[in-house]
Amino acid sequence: MCLAIPGLITKIQDGEATVDYGGVSKHADLSLMEKAALGDIVLVHAGFVIQILDKKAGEELQKLVKATLDVL
Amino acid sequence: MNYNITNILQGIWKLADQTGPVAIMEVCGTHTSSIRQYGIPSLLPPNIRLVSGPGCPVCVTSSADIAAAIALASLDEVIFTCFGDMMRVPNGDVSLYSLYEQGRDIRLVTSPLDALTIAQEYPEKQVVYFGIGFETTAPHTAVLVEKAAQAKVRNLSILNSHKTMPQAITALLQNESSIDALLCPGHVAAMIGAEAFAFVPEKLQLPAAIAGFAADEILAAILAIMDLLHKQKLDCVNMYPQFVTPAGNRSALNLLYRVMEPCDAIWRGLGSLPQSGLQFRPAYRDFEARTRFNIEKTETTEPKDCLCAAILRGKAIPPNCVHFSRDCTPDAPVGPCMVSSEGACAAYYRYREE
Ligand code: SF4
Repeated sequence: MCLAIPGLITKIQDGEATVDYGGVSKHADLSLMEKAALGDIVLVHAGFVIQILDKKAGEELQKLVKATLDVL
Repeated sequence: MNYNITNILQGIWKLADQTGPVAIMEVCGTHTSSIRQYGIPSLLPPNIRLVSGPGCPVCVTSSADIAAAIALASLDEVIFTCFGDMMRVPNGDVSLYSLYEQGRDIRLVTSPLDALTIAQEYPEKQVVYFGIGFETTAPHTAVLVEKAAQAKVRNLSILNSHKTMPQAITALLQNESSIDALLCPGHVAAMIGAEAFAFVPEKLQLPAAIAGFAADEILAAILAIMDLLHKQKLDCVNMYPQFVTPAGNRSALNLLYRVMEPCDAIWRGLGSLPQSGLQFRPAYRDFEARTRFNIEKTETTEPKDCLCAAILRGKAIPPNCVHFSRDCTPDAPVGPCMVSSEGACAAYYRYREE
């Protein structure tokens, strides 16, 4: 119910994005994340885009986890 | 996120060597389901226990709200729309599914906006949408209502049962000493922001981590929690920053609170929790199906001997229930925790060891 799925925006038209989930495409409403753009990886939940992937934040976290494990 | 699972597990085992027993509660049904699916408990050291909390919207919807749904779906003029997992929640001998089998017009939707399309397609009917879920779905309902208002669609209304997560966590864990840390729901956090979970270390005095849903992401969050416990540090670490920003999705929240406002709400198993629900603001009250159809409030009743209430509080596990896998299965659920794949009983049932 609360599971959101990441996908790639391949098209935007009339406040609606076409999102590709590794081969399967579906429409998602953009009312909750108007700044989402073509080529963004986004979280989609129940027909709505709810967030955009921040790759840099993910990479930084990965480094931090590695550093924690190194000192253990 | 592609963590090295072996390294993460080694880290967890090492830290667990230095702590006593640790109980970590997950408050998201999707976490519960992932944890069972990936067999995470069997990978953890024996002194770390994962406890399921009140995180499945289907499970926490009160029987009074299910009764209201059944009353609305029974009306001749109504097309009732809802997410699939609400269909099988029983209320006595009746469920939305049994009404559907009797020929009532009940339709599954995958987006709340589908309800608007149906309402426009059938102007002579009344379309009711069952709005359930936490901050991850409530803004969607707000969009639905605003779009319906703009399009002057008068034959659409909402059975509003939306709830907010922080208030339930507070009510559940205040004065609770059996839980040592919290695994916070990543997708709720994507909406309300990492900062919204600062109350966990600050008010509840529990370390916490916001987690994603893949096995490695959940394990990395458990490692972060063990690290906090080890350092005796009270903090909530954001272990899902690729999708969870400190402030969350502000525009979605603004939209949500333009249409709805906090109110007291009844949770199955937890009773009435102050300011834990969402009701329409006066300008949008016409959209509430209960008022439009004069649905009377009924008492909440739990199925006999069903332990869902204790399970939602982290006080029992599904195999403790006399019904579990005997007369209560996902095909014939006795209580709500067996209905949705995110319910604790369904997750235990699906991934049980035969
Ligand atoms: S097994 Fe069935 S009856 Fe027992 S607690 Fe779970 S849902 Fe309720």
